Order: sequence, then structure tokens, then C-alpha cells
Amino acid sequence: MKNAESLVTDEFSDDLFEVVGPREEDSERIGRPPMSAFKDSWMRLKKNKGAVISLIILIIIALLAIIGPHMNEYKYYETDYGASYQAPNQDHWLGTDKFGRDQWTRIWQGTRISLYIAFLAALLDLIIGVTLGAISALMGGKVDNALQRLIEVLVGIPHLIVVILLIMLMEPGIITITVAMVITGWVNMARLVRAQIFKLKGQEFVLAAKSLGSSNTRLILHHLIPNTIGLIVINMMFTIPSAIFTEAFLSFIGLGLQEPHASLGVLINDGFKGMRNQFYLLAYPAVVIIAVMVSFNILADGLRDALDPKMRK
Amino acid sequence: MEKILEINDLHVSFHTYAGKVQAVRGVNLYLKKGETLAIVGESGSGKSVTSKSIMKLLPSQSAEIETGKILFEGNDLVGFSEGEMEKIRGKEISMIFQDPMTALNPTLTVGKQISESILTHQKVSKKQALQKTIELLKLVGIPNPEIRINQYPHQFSGGMRQRVVIAIALACSPKVIIADEPTTALDVTIQAQILDLLKAIQKKMGTSIIIITHDLGVVANIADRVAVMYAGKIIETGTVEEVFYHPQHPYTWGLLGSMPNMETKDELVAIPGSPPDLLHPPLGDAFAERNDYAMKIDYLREPPMFKLSETHYASTWRLHEKAPKIERPSLSQRHVKAVEQTIGPIGEISDKQMEPLIEIKHLKKYFHVGKKEVLKAVDDVSFTIYKGETLGLVGESGCGKSTTGRTIMRLYDASGGEVLFQKENVHEKKNLSQVKNFNRKVQMIFQDPYASLNPRKTVADIIAEGIDIHGLSKTKEERQAKVYSLLETVGLNKDHANRYPHEFSGGQRQRIGIARALAVEPEFIIADEPISALDVSIQAQVVNLMKKLQKEKGLTYLFIAHDLSMVKHISDRVGVMYLGGIVELASADDLYAEPLHPYTKALLSAVPVPDPLVEKQRERIILQGDLPSPSNPPSGCRFSTRCPLATDLCRKAAPEWKEIKSKHWVACHLVD
Repeated sequence: MKNAESLVTDEFSDDLFEVVGPREEDSERIGRPPMSAFKDSWMRLKKNKGAVISLIILIIIALLAIIGPHMNEYKYYETDYGASYQAPNQDHWLGTDKFGRDQWTRIWQGTRISLYIAFLAALLDLIIGVTLGAISALMGGKVDNALQRLIEVLVGIPHLIVVILLIMLMEPGIITITVAMVITGWVNMARLVRAQIFKLKGQEFVLAAKSLGSSNTRLILHHLIPNTIGLIVINMMFTIPSAIFTEAFLSFIGLGLQEPHASLGVLINDGFKGMRNQFYLLAYPAVVIIAVMVSFNILADGLRDALDPKMRK
Repeated sequence: MEKILEINDLHVSFHTYAGKVQAVRGVNLYLKKGETLAIVGESGSGKSVTSKSIMKLLPSQSAEIETGKILFEGNDLVGFSEGEMEKIRGKEISMIFQDPMTALNPTLTVGKQISESILTHQKVSKKQALQKTIELLKLVGIPNPEIRINQYPHQFSGGMRQRVVIAIALACSPKVIIADEPTTALDVTIQAQILDLLKAIQKKMGTSIIIITHDLGVVANIADRVAVMYAGKIIETGTVEEVFYHPQHPYTWGLLGSMPNMETKDELVAIPGSPPDLLHPPLGDAFAERNDYAMKIDYLREPPMFKLSETHYASTWRLHEKAPKIERPSLSQRHVKAVEQTIGPIGEISDKQMEPLIEIKHLKKYFHVGKKEVLKAVDDVSFTIYKGETLGLVGESGCGKSTTGRTIMRLYDASGGEVLFQKENVHEKKNLSQVKNFNRKVQMIFQDPYASLNPRKTVADIIAEGIDIHGLSKTKEERQAKVYSLLETVGLNKDHANRYPHEFSGGQRQRIGIARALAVEPEFIIADEPISALDVSIQAQVVNLMKKLQKEKGLTYLFIAHDLSMVKHISDRVGVMYLGGIVELASADDLYAEPLHPYTKALLSAVPVPDPLVEKQRERIILQGDLPSPSNPPSGCRFSTRCPLATDLCRKAAPEWKEIKSKHWVACHLVD
């Protein structure tokens, strides 16, 4: 019956064939170290070089936006007609503009505006978007219907129109942009959160929590929101650069911040006018806004891969 | 007969961010002309990967065929380019996929999808292709093919779609068909239809078939030869009779022992533990860690293939001449046990079961879909569950068994009728503490072990959820102690408490789900298909655990499932549901020995039994057609459209729910 004899050599001693039975502990053991979903995501994010570099760049830009304007004695609105159009030098690190204002100070002042917009976009997404999305999905029926129609109307009106209409009522400036964002900035988040919670609502672990007698509050805080966090973070990270760009764009075409206030869009508009002779005026704010936009996008991409491995190619 | 396909020493691995997963580790296979080879194994054993490598359908970025040859009619497919493979796929070798719901393109008509493959591989005109398509649809048993070819997949039912998928696979008369779990997603009555169809086609066209499955009943029904896979290797191969009647590898013993057949009443042979992690495959015999008879050498060295006969090979050190004689444990012992046990409990139960725990009276649950359509998921169901018993509820998908469970649980509000739990109406308006009280007494175990645990929580928090909600422990230490003891009850250990669900295997997750339900010390547990998503050997673990807990804690179960042999095994009484109504209810032994309702009879005869001799001789009642839509049920008896015995009376009047014999209830006009 056995013709495997040829394989058998002397090294098979008899005691090797002693029955020792299964290794009970081993069969239920899990080899990999324990790891929470958060830790796991963080590990994956760390492996993504692009995302890490973007994160570092963003931190540097944020720090400079905070301390940059205080690093020399100039104020962003301080004009000095004797020192207009100076190329970068020891006194003015990045040169001066047509009114002799210090470009270094103005750039970081402008970056503050961009970061304020970023912060505002994130906050609106979180407060209005997540709340309305969650309510819409959980309540369902008429509430859901009404909210979704409202969102559809808001999506239907172009952002630029909202801003122009607001300018008819208010001065152009940061307040106007803020109000415009409050009106329309959160709709995408609301839609995504609603879809996700709708999906989760029917899942068995939610039913299990319900059958254990869980209250609605517990359901939202312990089961629904934690499972939506990944999506919320990812979407927020993609909203931020587009909000920053929108502000810069509005300022560039003159519907946003006005002189003497500085914003990256205003600075780029200024630099654009003197592009032929004073290219540095355009170059520096352009570099900053490109760095911010690209970094946010790469970081968002990295976060998506880290938080939602299924989306990876 | 000549070998049409041969696989030599195939190694396939996947590159993941955690490392290299060796999914297939040296597979040798051959397929002869006109035969059916079954590849059996648990999930993750590499059976699907093997079949996909033959078609070269593995994702090229992550998967890699490291070494090995796949010889098809003497040509090595491994070296073939994508262009050359395109000529093979569909024309020479074609594939039938598991899920007919996703295997068809929803935006193309069925006719287009079938003729597409004819037009790619054969030089025919569109008209001829269309003609061929109609013939194919006739061949796979689809009525009115002339009309059906212009319909879209969503207009077909699951079973019909699988027929279409088979028609596509047959379109160019391939020499080999690979069927990857072709019936897993289907109900038993439909499964019987499809298996018969495959057999008929093979007879007619002489195709060779590789069928991949985890269901040994299906294997016994259809296969000529079997290859058992474990951890990326073939550990035993032979003809069906050899493997089923003279299995050699301990894993094959376990696999065969963990399948209940209609007679066994004793504890199932569960294989402890879970399959090894193929990221770091074990050194010796991969099964050693779960093998009761593992020898020292099993942990050190890989066993070679021992030849037992021309066709029968097994890879286990047990067959080495120096190995001690170990006989297959099951058969003799199990039979003795079975006899003892069947005499025991039956008398006991009938005396004890007088106290009803839950009474369900004319329960109805309707869902409103669309403006006018009402889906009658549960329509007038009445039964009683007695204290300490297990009531099984079986039926095909869409028959309303899960909805019944959830409505009893109060996850859904009832549309009519009432549920009395310990004489109290469940669906009455209640205040918060009453609801909480009810939720403590009645608990649920869910079907999908992957969806039923919150992925963001640790196992300790998941299990303790009920403890937290009901404030069952005062201090943190008490809570932790409770979690540890629950983990122990379900056979897991303390170290598992701080881990997250994704780190566990399906069976372990299901046991965590059971621990969560047990945490509130319930009296009644509704188990909604608790084992249907698990592998056979793991199913036995869970079922044995549930039986043990019932004995220890005096639990009452409502066990919902579509697997009749498992239901028979665990239940004291069994109810059969069809299209929202319950058609027969009797003690498990009664129902299986003497089914009265024609639907029960058909259902029982459709279940494949893991015994090739029985399976090949058995006469089947094959039900025609599919389940009608529950939103538009047939008038009269709901089963009348598919019932082989239906009369005019059946089509006009709904049958009465009556007790034919003592404790044997049936709803059928034909039974008196």
C-alpha cells in the first residue's frame, strides 16, 4: 500500500511518530499583535511618504502663519512709499509691493486667511454637515425628504452666484465669504454622512445593539458615528483645499478680501499685475498656495488609503 | 481516458502590505475527459485561487504564479500571454461563478450577453448567434427563450440567472467548465435543479467539470473524483467512494464528521481552532495544530503523498510504516452514542414541554414597498415555543423566517397579530424599563459574523455592551471579570478581550456574538441563521457550543436556518415556512421521518446527503419554477403554483392550519 518508502531515510526515528495531539493554545491563537483600527490607519499613513511630507509641510506653513508676521517689525498694512518695489533684501526678506508693504508679513497674513477658511470649512462640515446628515438618515421619512430637497436646491445654485448676491447686501470681505460658506459649504458632507448612516442603520451590529436595548443616543455615539469617522475625515480633507482655493479665487477676481487686507488671492492678483518686472511678487504667494493645496490633497489621498483600505487600487 | 488538464506543483502567492500570503502551496491535479472533479475545502484553503489560476483571472498586481505548470491539452497555460489566454477563455475553458446576482451585466439583455461570447469566438453572423442563444437557453431549461433573450438580468430570479450564467459558459461548447461554488448562493430546491442541469449537460456534451464547493453533499451528488484542500495544499484525493468511505487524512475525517446527516443526533465532530495563517505557513503538516492524533513529526516535516490505490492519494504521516495504527474514530462510536441518545431525551421532552414560553398568534408583518405594493413578508403565522426546547424554523430565502424572528424580537413592529412572551404582549406600548426588561430576557444571534460586530470596538466592549446598557456590574473589575468568564464560556481566552473583530476568524466572531447575547443572561435566544456563513467544521463548533449552553443554562432557542440537516440536528421541533406562511410543524424526528406537506417533502429530498451511494440512487422531487413574489402571492394555497399535487381546490381556497396527528400541524388540503 505504501510506496513512499523511497522517501524514507534513517533520520525518521521511532519517537517522531509518537502521538502528541493538537496544540490547543496554538489553534486559537492570533499571531499578529493586537491593533486598533486607529493604530492600524496611523501605521498605514506613516508608510505613505507623500502623506507624511505633506503633513510636515502643512505644519511648517501653519507655524509660519502664526509666527511669521511677528518675525519683523512691519505690519501688513504699513505702507512706505520710499521703499516700493524692492527686490528681496535684508530688511524685506521677500521684497515689498507697490506701496512699500513688506511682502513676507503680507504673505503670512494672507496664509492666516487661508487657514481660517480651512478651519471654517472643517468646522461647518462637522457641525452642520454631520448633524444634518445623521438626522436625515436616522429620522427618515418626511424629515429626510425635506432636508434632501433643501440640499438639492443649495447644490443647484452656483457658489459664485451666492457670493455675488451676498455682496449686494454686504461689503465684500471675509464676513461675506464666511456667510456664503455657511450657506453652501456643508452640503456634500451632509449627503455623504446620510448615505453612510443609512447603510449602517440596517447592519447587524446596529440591530444587535438595538436588541440589547440600546438607546438612540448610545446608538449614534457608540455605533454610527465611530463607523463614519473615516469618511468624515476624508471628506473634510478634500473640502478644505477646495474652500481655500475658492477664497483665493474670489479675492483674485475682486469679490473677496479688499485692500489693505491681505489674502493669498489678493497678493497673487497684485503680483500678477507687476509680473513682468517684479516676478517675485507673484512667485512667493503662488508657491505658498500651491504648497497648501497640493499638500492637503496628497494628505487627503493618504488618509483615504489609510482609513479605507478598500478604496486602494 | 486521457487527461485534458493537468496541474503540476502550482504555487501562487499574494503580495499584501502585511507580507506575502502563500495561498496555493504546491498543488498537483489532473482532470480527465468527461469526468467531474470536485475540489473541497474551507474558505481560504486556496480552492478558488487554484481555479482562477487555471483561467489566469487572478489580479495581476498582487497575485503571482511562482512556480508550476498548468497543462491544458499539453500546452502550459502559465506561459501564455493575455492574448493567447483570451482564445482559451470561454472557448476551451469557461467558468461559472458563485453569485448569479453579480455575474451578469445588469445593463445588457441576457441574449446579448450570451451571443457576445459566441460572436467573439466563432465566425457566425448575428442571426446565427441569436439562434444559437435561443438553443442554449432551451438547453439550460429556461421557458420561452424567444421572449427571454430580450429581457434584462433583473427580470430573472436567482435560479434562472444561474441558468443564464451556465448558458454563457456553454456558449462555445468548452472542453472544461470550472464551476466556482455554483450553488452556494442558491436555495436547496434551486440547488437541486442546477446540479441536475449540470449533470444532464455533461452527459449530453461530454464536458469535463471542475466543481469547487465546501458542501460535501454536493460533492457526493455530482462528483466522480474529489480533491480535499487544506491550507493551500491537496491533502487527499481519490474517487468519491474512496474519499467518503475510506478517508485517510484526519482532516477529511473531521470534515466528514462535522456534517450532520439526517440520522445523527449526537454531538458533531468539531475540528477545534481555525485554519493556519498562510502569511506564515506552518512547517510540517498544516493540519497538525488542530489534529487530535498529531505526531511529533507532523510539526516538523511535511508529509509526502502516500499512494493507496491508482486514484487514491493522501498526504499524512499516519500512513508511514512507522506510524502507530490510528483508526478513524467516528463511525463505530458515533453509532452507539446515537442509539443511546435517541432513546433518552424524547420521552423527557414531551413531559417537560408543557410550559409555553412564547406564543405567536396570527403574526403578520407587511412592508410597504412603493406606493401601492405591499410585501407580505409574514402572513398569519401562529406557533408556540415551549420552555427549554429548540424550535427550528426552515425555509428558502424570502420565505419570511428572518422577519418572523425580528418581529418576535420587536426589531420590527408587527402589522397584525400578537406575540406573547411569558403571557405578556411584546408589541404593546411599553415604557423604557419594560423594554429593557424584555431585551434582557430575549436575545438574538445574527447571521453574518462580519457585519454583526462593530468594527470600531474591542471585543471586551462588544461583549460588555449589554452589561453597560443594563448596568449589570457596579465596578470596572466586575465588568472585566464577567467579560473574561463569558469569553471562557464560548471557548476563547482572556487575551482576546482587547482585540478588534477584524482580527478574528468567522467562527470566532460568531462565538463573540454568542457571548454578547449571553452577557445579559437571557432566557430565550433567537438565532438567525447563525451558521450559514461559516465553514462546515466551524459550524459544528458553533452548534455544539449552542447545545452545550442550552443544557447548562436552560435556554430556549428559536433556530432559524435554511440548512435542513443542521436544523434537524439541533432542534426538538421544526417548523417549515413557505412564502410568509408556516406550512408544517412537528417534532424533528416526526417531520423528517414522515413529512406530510408536499413542500416539506420536496425540501427534504432536495438536501444533498454526504454519502455518494445514497446520493446517486436517490429519487428527487425537483420543484419546478421559483418562489413567487411575496407582494403578489398566489391565491389559495401559496404553494399551489409549484406543488406537483395541486388540485383546483388548492388554487381557490387557502388550507386550514390543523393538527393532523398529535403535535404534528400541517396546512394542506391533501392531508387528512
